Amino acid sequence: MAEASLPDAAAAKPARPRMPPLVFVAIAWVATMIAVAILADLVKPYVFTAMDLRNRLSPPGHPLHWLGTDELGRDVLSRLIESIRVSLLIAFGASLISAGLGTALGFLAAHFRGLIEQAVLMLADFQASMPFLVLALSVLAFFGNSLPLLIGLMGLYGWERYARIARGLAISASAQGYAAAVRQLGAGPARIYLRHILPNIASTLIVSMTLVFPEVILLESGLSFLGLGVQPPMTSLGNMVGYGREYLTRAPWIMLAPALTIVLTTLAISIIGDWLRDRLDPSLN
Amino acid sequence: MTAPLVYAEGLTRTYAMRRGLFSRPVAVRAVDGVTLAIAPGETLGLVGESGSGKSTAGRMLLGLETPDRGFVRFDGRPMPPPGGAPWRALRARAQMVFQDPLGALDRRLPIATQVREPLDIHGIGDPALRGGRVRELLGAVGLSADHGRRYPFELSGGQRQRAVIARALATRPDLLVCDEPVSALDVSIQAQVVNLLIDLQAGLGLAMLFISHDLRVVRQISRRVAVMYLGRIVEEGEADDLFAAPGHPYTEALVSASPAPGGRAGRRIVLKGDPPNPAARPSGCAFHPRCPVAEIRCRVEVPVLRPAGPGRQVACHRVAESPVADLRGAA
Repeated sequence: MAEASLPDAAAAKPARPRMPPLVFVAIAWVATMIAVAILADLVKPYVFTAMDLRNRLSPPGHPLHWLGTDELGRDVLSRLIESIRVSLLIAFGASLISAGLGTALGFLAAHFRGLIEQAVLMLADFQASMPFLVLALSVLAFFGNSLPLLIGLMGLYGWERYARIARGLAISASAQGYAAAVRQLGAGPARIYLRHILPNIASTLIVSMTLVFPEVILLESGLSFLGLGVQPPMTSLGNMVGYGREYLTRAPWIMLAPALTIVLTTLAISIIGDWLRDRLDPSLN
Repeated sequence: MTAPLVYAEGLTRTYAMRRGLFSRPVAVRAVDGVTLAIAPGETLGLVGESGSGKSTAGRMLLGLETPDRGFVRFDGRPMPPPGGAPWRALRARAQMVFQDPLGALDRRLPIATQVREPLDIHGIGDPALRGGRVRELLGAVGLSADHGRRYPFELSGGQRQRAVIARALATRPDLLVCDEPVSALDVSIQAQVVNLLIDLQAGLGLAMLFISHDLRVVRQISRRVAVMYLGRIVEEGEADDLFAAPGHPYTEALVSASPAPGGRAGRRIVLKGDPPNPAARPSGCAFHPRCPVAEIRCRVEVPVLRPAGPGRQVACHRVAESPVADLRGAA
């Protein structure tokens, strides 16, 4: 019998390949960033708006201010920690909104086809062809500026990629294979899309998310740098870079600390995404 | 014959096929006026080469596709349009076994979960007792509870097909459409799965449409057989009669091409000409360019299915003139 030739399921499981050291460092870095963002109130040494006028523009290594202070004597480390929290909140919130919105629209297009599909694809093309910065500038100019609005606006960034991926994969799954089989069992659309198609295409969507995530951080930094993103007294990584620019020659640490954080975090997430793509593809395991 | 469980009349399905970027779409008639009836507990074999429309006919019979012309009646009632609630409810009574079991199973769910799924979808039985029913189903197709905990890629091809069959049987359907269920399996596994289907069919009183291009398998499993060529049924009859004395020249060629134990009794008929292309259908009898006994009228006149002997129908001008037995005697 064929059954006898199969070894035990436990023994058949291949050993997990070792994680490359670079990926380990990247994951550790992102985990640290998330921990810092969550525990910001506990780890930051000062209130991020507190001024120490006697120690203005002091360089890093100061016994009271490890990463130095800015032109108003505010502690750069405290501001950096607060900025990480705000920037990560925006990036995570926006990525989730954009992934959810895009996947839902993609599934709608795949399920109904016809006019609805055309409308979704047209919206996606419109979104892809228009520079997002222009859209963001006009929305912020008309509606003013608040953190929820900013997150919602950023949530519109990159949704068209999820929509296209979700639509394509859902159509191919419905045309043949497991989704068609479940449909002919009598399953409703909710069960087909949420229980079968979504878990099967989740790996592709997650990888796509790791591509969009750094772009959202950079976009937020860009908008804040232009003065349209997070407004003072609140601070974000881009905001710090923008205001630190004026002291670039005299006190480069004000700008370098957040800039370095942006570079390292986006790089780390890209490395993780690259690794995840290989790990989640069963044909490469 | 008792009232048929499923009855299809004049099924026609046309697809639009685009050849190139700028050419106009060509209408391809995959299935052309097929009439089929399957009684409760009966197995009908549907034979034909690839592209003959047998899978499309099976899908229409099951209600997965709507025919352009013709109709399907299931248990005396018209087949509801696909996607609606009545159609979904009917899925509990008509199920399908696919050619590619790995493609038909969700690779991210364990086998037992997938076998249980039809029960969950149709709300059959107490949720607490469904686990027992799943073990029972797995046992019926020769899988253990341990197999149920595995994922599709951890099973062999035959075991996967058994799992697909278990899932199809979960709701105790009346009709099972098997679309080339053993074509993707090794020959040794084929026999196991075919025997399993025969046993299950006898035990459960299933009506079955068994679609295959393998005459040996069809002969083993079905009592009646229909032969399709380019979207039309060219011959239908009792399996043993039909294979012993084929009426249509195409059936004759098919039978002569299938290997028989102990050497072949008759001569091997090798068909000449191009394989059939549904997009460029020959005039008259679609088989005439390859037919060894074609006459002039075969090129112009489309033959219809006519009774030829007990329980036998043949669509051939030459058979219509003389009953099957006479033609055999003359040849």
